[in-house]
Order: sequence, then C-alpha cells, then structure tokens
Amino acid sequence: MESATIRFSGDSGDGMQLTGTQFTNTSANFGNDISTFPDFPAEIRAPAGTVPGVSGFQINFSTHDIHTPGDRPNVLVAMNPAALKANVADLEDGGLLLINSDAFTKVNLKKAEYEVNPLEDGSLDRFRLIPMALTELTHRAVEPTGISKKEADRCKNFFALGIMYYLFDRNLELSLTWIDKKFGKVPDIKEANRLALLAGYNFADTTEIFADAYQVPAANLKKGNYRSLTGNQAVAMGFITASKLAGRPLFYGSYPITPASDVLHELARHRHFGVQTFQAEDEIAAVCAAIGAAYGGHLALTGTSGPGICLKAEAINLAVMTELPLVILNVQRAGPSTGMPTKTEQSDLLQAMYGRNGSSPCVVLAPATPGECFTFAIEAFRLATKYMVPVFLLSDGYIANGAEPWRIPNEADLPKFEITYAESQENFQPYSRNNHLARPWAVPGTPGLEHRIGGLEKAHLSGNVSYDPGNHQLMTDYRAMKVRNIREDIPGLEIYGDPEAETLLVGWGGTYGALFTAVQNQNKQGKKVAGAHFRYINPFPANTAEVLARYKRIVVAELNEGQLDFLLKAQFNIQTHTLFKVQGKPFMVREIIDFLNAL
Amino acid sequence: MAEATLTKKDFQSDQIVRWCPGCGDYAILAAIQSVMPNLGVPKEKIVFVSGIGCSSRFPYYMNTYGFHTIHGRAPAIATGLKLSNPDLQVFVVTGDGDGLSIGGNHLLHVLRRNIDVKILLFNNKVYGLTKGQYSPTSDLGFKTKSSPMGSLDQPINPIRIALASEASFVARTYDANIKHMTETFEKAAAHKGSAFIEILQNCVIFNKDVFNDIYERDVRSDHMVHLEEGEPLVFGAESDKGVFLDGFSLKTGSLEAPPAGQLLTHQPNQESPIYANLLAAMEYPQLPLPVGVFRKVPRPGYEAGVQGQIAQARTKQPDDSLQTLFHSGDTWEVK
Repeated sequence: MESATIRFSGDSGDGMQLTGTQFTNTSANFGNDISTFPDFPAEIRAPAGTVPGVSGFQINFSTHDIHTPGDRPNVLVAMNPAALKANVADLEDGGLLLINSDAFTKVNLKKAEYEVNPLEDGSLDRFRLIPMALTELTHRAVEPTGISKKEADRCKNFFALGIMYYLFDRNLELSLTWIDKKFGKVPDIKEANRLALLAGYNFADTTEIFADAYQVPAANLKKGNYRSLTGNQAVAMGFITASKLAGRPLFYGSYPITPASDVLHELARHRHFGVQTFQAEDEIAAVCAAIGAAYGGHLALTGTSGPGICLKAEAINLAVMTELPLVILNVQRAGPSTGMPTKTEQSDLLQAMYGRNGSSPCVVLAPATPGECFTFAIEAFRLATKYMVPVFLLSDGYIANGAEPWRIPNEADLPKFEITYAESQENFQPYSRNNHLARPWAVPGTPGLEHRIGGLEKAHLSGNVSYDPGNHQLMTDYRAMKVRNIREDIPGLEIYGDPEAETLLVGWGGTYGALFTAVQNQNKQGKKVAGAHFRYINPFPANTAEVLARYKRIVVAELNEGQLDFLLKAQFNIQTHTLFKVQGKPFMVREIIDFLNAL
Repeated sequence: MAEATLTKKDFQSDQIVRWCPGCGDYAILAAIQSVMPNLGVPKEKIVFVSGIGCSSRFPYYMNTYGFHTIHGRAPAIATGLKLSNPDLQVFVVTGDGDGLSIGGNHLLHVLRRNIDVKILLFNNKVYGLTKGQYSPTSDLGFKTKSSPMGSLDQPINPIRIALASEASFVARTYDANIKHMTETFEKAAAHKGSAFIEILQNCVIFNKDVFNDIYERDVRSDHMVHLEEGEPLVFGAESDKGVFLDGFSLKTGSLEAPPAGQLLTHQPNQESPIYANLLAAMEYPQLPLPVGVFRKVPRPGYEAGVQGQIAQARTKQPDDSLQTLFHSGDTWEVK
C-alpha cells in the first residue's frame, strides 16, 4: 500500500482528536509523509450522541510526498451512530468500517435520527463492515485496575487506536511513552490506558478479523530532522523566530477566538523567549495594545479570525496612517458574522484588501501549507518593519489545525533582517522617507526625536496635522506606492506542473495541497495543466501579468465566491473559469479534477 | 536632554493652540506644562497619548512624544506602549465622551490592571468636537441638538466609575484653579500605578459655565470641600462647616454647633473602598463637591508582573536558542 487515509470519528468527548494525533505522531516517526485534518464542533460538549456533537480526525499517511489529508478515507472508525451518520458518505466503496456496536443502542440510534439500525438493514453492505463490542472489550481489558465504569469508558479510544496500530503495522512505543508521561500522576488511569491500547492491538492480532496488516512503507523524504507541526504551531514558532532574528521582543495582543486561540496559548508558554502575550479586554484593545507596542519599538502582532478583524479595522487604519509596523494574523473561518467558527473558508481576502475607510493599503500574505506558516510569519515581520506598514497574514482553519512533517531548518539558513530605529538628531522629520519610502521608526525614549503622530492626515516631512489638498494627494500616493514597490522585494510567481500546459490552475493560501495534487494527477493522465499559487497577494508578484498572459485558459479555484478572481480580473484584465466552494470544508482533489475534466 | 534646566517653555510645542477662546483646556495645558519640569523625568521619556475629542488634541501642544489615536482607545494603546517600555512616563488625555462612552471598556481595564499611566479625564458634560450633543455625564433633561426634549440618559459619575474599576489613585480637580491642578498632577505623577484624575472643565460654546455654581471664586469655598490627607473635611469661607457621617449618610453642619454624627477626617489610603465611595457619592447641591485625592493605595503594577513572569520563565528555562525551540516536541530523523 502506498498510502492510506483513516478517519477517527466519535462524540466530541470520545477523545478522537487525541487518538488521531497519536496515530499521526507514530506514523510521522515511522517515516511516512503525513497530512491531517481535524474537524470538530464549536461546542465543547454538544449533546452526547447527536450528529452536531461529532468530532473527527482524518490522517493521510504515505510512502510518497503528499499534500492533502486525502479526499475519501479508506478506513472509518465510528464510535457511535451519530459518527457513522456524519461520516459514512465519505468512506470509499469497499472501505473498512470499524464500528463500536455497543453504542448502537435504541437511544443512540434515535439521537442520531436513525429509524432502523444501519448495522442490520444492509445499508452498509458496500463496505467491509466490522462491528465490535468496543465498550465491553475495553471494560474487560481494564478490569484489573479497578477503575470506575465511567473511567473505563474513556479508555475505549485507546482500544480503537490499538486496533489501527495492528492494522497498519505501527509500533506502540511512542503512544505507550506518551501515556506514561501524561497520566504519570494517576497510576490506575495510566495503567488502564496502557491495557486498553495493548488489548486493542492484541485483539486485532489474535481474532483474525483482519486478514492482514497493511504496510505503508516510510516515505522518501529529504534528509534531515523532522517534527510534526500544525499551522497554528508553525506561525507561533515563526513569530518567535522573527523576534530572535531581529533581536527585538515580540508583543502579541489578542482576544480569545476560534480558530486563532491556539496561537495565543502557544506564544503564552514561550515567555522565556521574552515574548509578551496580552489577553486584552476585546479585539479592539488587542490591536491597539499591539500598535502601542509597535510605537514603543517592539515586534507587534495581533491575531484573530474574521469577526475580530471587523472590530480591529479602525485601529489597523491608525497603523496605516501612522506608518507603524504591525502584523495582523487572521486565521480565517467560515462566515459571515459568527458563521461556522470551527470550519474553514478563504472569504476574508477582500476584507484584508479593502475592509477599512479611505484608501488604506496593507500588505497581504497567505501561507500555502502548515509549514509555510512558519516562513511567512518571519516574512510578515520583515516587510512590516522594512516598509513601516501593516501586514496581513491570512491563514485558515484548515492549515491552522492540520499537521504535516516539518523539516527543521538550520539557523544559518533562516533569513536575516535588521531593524534600525531613528537616532538622535537635530530637526528630526518624522515623515521623511528613505529610498523605499519608509518613514523612520522613532521610538519614545530617544532624546531629540520628540514628535507627534496620530490618525489625522500628516504633512509630508514634518508630520504636522495638514488639511492641505495637495499634501493629502501626495501622502495617499506615498502610502500606495510604498506597498506597490514591495513587488520588487518578493519572489516571482512560480509555475508547477506541465511546462507545455495551456491551462493554468490558480489558487492562493491554504488550498495549495489539493490544487497541487490535482495538477499532479492531471499530468499523470497526460493532461496539459500547470498550476500557480499566490502567497503574496498585495502586492502581487512582479511577473504576475506576464505569467497569466502565457496561458490560454485560467482556472481560479478558491474557498469563497471569487475574491482572488475579482482581484485578478481587476488588475490584469483576464478571463477566467472559476471553481468556488463555501461549505466550510477544504477542496477535495476529486472535485478539482472533475472540474478540470469538464472544461 | 539636559533635564535639570528644563522649564515650562521647553514643553510648549511650535503648534498654534486651536481650542476656542476661553476654553478651560488652556488652563489645563498651562498647568501640565508647568508641572513637567518638576517631575524629574527627561523630556524624551514623556509620552502623551490621547483619543478623539477636543481634549485629545492635547498631545500636539506638548513638546514631548505624543500619539493622537482613535476614539476611546487611548488607554489600550498606552497599555501596549507601557508594556513595551516600562520606563516611560505616560499620560492619557481623554474626555467624558471619549473615556466614558466609546472608550468606557478600556478605561475600566487599564485601571483594574493598574498600568502605570496617568489618565486626565476632561469632564465638561458635553460633546464639543461634534458640536454639542449630550455626553455620559450630562444632566438628565439636558437639551441639545440630539436631545431637543432633554436627555433621558442617567448621568454617571467618573470618580465612582474609577473606584469601581479598582483604581489605585483617584482624584478630582478643576480648570478654574491652576494651583490645585498643579498639586493634583504632581501627586498623580508620583503615584506608582494607574492614576485617574477627573478635571472639571468649562466648554464655553456648548455647556458654558456648567460648573460655575460650584467653582466660581465667590461660591467655591461653600460649594466645594478640599480633601487634604489627615485633615478634617472642613469647608466654608470661614472654614466653619464640616462633613459629618451619621449612620449611613453624610451631612453638613457647623463646627461650632456640630450635628449628630462624626466629623470626617480624610484618609485616602484606606485599603477598603467604602470610604472613598462615600465621598464619591457627594454631589452638589445636596452636599459640597469634594476635590482632591479620593483614594491612593499601593497595588502591584502590571508591567512589573509581566517582567517578573518573563524573568521567572527564563530562570526555569534558560535555553532560548532557536534550535531548542524547533526541536521541542517529538522529532525524528530521515537518513
């Protein structure tokens, strides 16, 4: 077997995220390439047994280089009827369906709105159905520890994990070590989880329910040290790295919001790097405190998701006007309004571009993979501090929570960037500009540079308040030119796929894995398709017009109703075919291939 | 740079002051500028941060660092600035609209965190810059263009808001008395932690002479009581009247023939906020209006707390190399 996709699904209290993460880490350690997709409800504990309360974790692991968590699982683990109902439509025909039959009680079937028990009505015949009394088996396995029935119930995820470890010939060592560490202080719970994991493994081994264990050999990844990383972890690590490279402390102003809160948690536990995290009273205070810290000479960051950006818009404009370096992380989720907080979407691009009063140019960046969240966190600060401008970093729920193996970089290979503050001088001009149009970063505390800034239009050079018509034109032009000129300081748009292609598949940000895989797949079929993926959106790379002009047919695919498409049409006057999706779910490779084939 | 020789003039910027002729802000500006040389803080370490409104033009007239921000948010911006550079002496200039309406939330939180900033809230009981609408401190029934039949909004008392927010220093002063303003500002600057100062300020255009019944020279001594630490609450032109506590209520009476109850002695440093709240509830004309320092208590500062946690984390995990950061968690090698 070259690759396999497993989805663990159960109640949000069943520990499916944990089970998925354990399988991921073990497979990554084994040397597979991996890609994951956790999918969970916004409610911490939605009513048990209901479809809205189902939590899932999908992992694709492979002997090859992979770029998506897989379209359709080959194996589905469903811990109750609701999990089956929510997920069975995705399972491939002939796929392995492992079910906890103990959970298929009258009450649970009713909660999941099944009129007939699907284990008995033949509706699952197209799968390799394996019903198992997981609850009962787990209870028996952990009996020697004497823990309560309720506690024993909570071990059944490890029993299921044990089965999967047998089925895919994984080593138990990593998970056993994890259990020892996690439950070290509660010996009976530790022992129970160990027993459940081992029992699951041995049960699968001895009962011969599964004909064979599958082998997914290690992938041929580039040499080096690896770790598994989600986008949220990567972005946090990137910001800390930027702070170390620049030699300036990081300040993070934030207000808890899904799916960005993990960045706050991640940064909060890195205080030994000099990181200050400030949990503000609201989104506005979070960005304002960051602006205050930027004024004070720190690397200033605020992070949130779409609704938070709405609240921050006025303050972001203050950073535009005062030309202070500020990085704004938006882990996009499905909107509008509260929308679907735990689901992914790419619909805040135009908000980043235009969602403020007046002409308000900001730099807009969008990492394409969890790993790129690291590099683009550094890039965001490089550009913000070099050009004295706010920079948006658009991640999304999909890459924020999805994990992939990340090759640990050498420090020497990391980009360098230096920060210079204005030094004491006579006749300081706070709105003078250097050759790339940035104004000086004059930090309070520096003698002789006392000056006033603010949201009112500023006179060129002196920075005094100005209502002069010509000056407003000039300053508006400067702010726009400063951002536009950045295209000379960023890499050009790269093409992948068939060099002779006539069709170009275009996307941006977190959809890269699916789009890249679709192009690869098309090329294998002999189809002349290439791809181009935007990470820099404002400004677009300098060669964008020239690249787009080379193709007869341009297909824009994005998880919104045409926001990149709108920008490309406006700036480059092109015709496009469009594939838009707003379902709170990432693209499936199949959807893209089908669309391309139908053109 | 040579702070020893600084004078009031050194703190005047080259900008023309654009408040209306007769505005109370001129006196406040003069008082602040005269206090600056006495703080013992070099000019480059002083920052004025303001929101939006007439009062918030203040930073442009100070020859220090200044940041004229957005409506209501000055406390939040000042918080970030102070956290990034705890050595700075930061003043926040705000008004009754900026600080208590749009920015009410930030005022509450900067005070409860005890961020070391000095907040000057200019209270003129009206919106000035937007031309005369009622504000959160306007009296019930106040007629303006936006309340032609009278304001229906219950006014709030800034001092009571500050106390409810656990402010460690709370004071009131007034634009008609430069000496009192100067003394109050100096006390506030010397306090470690948040200082909140309500400044009664006269808007000559939209709410002219609103405080005259209280602070005009000829009525001042009868209609105000000056709070002096350790001194009895005595007022009147002849200092012959006092404020007495009788049961749960305050009343005034002559010192010669005192009423039932106890003559209050001012104790701003009581840990309990009960006494300060009692004073804060004193409103003219029922009682003389208190001015001076209501409350002044030591409380741990937020900035020191943040620095302390960073130091503690560094002691526990001295290794802050990137390689260690990258290798935290499970890693594996591909050969």
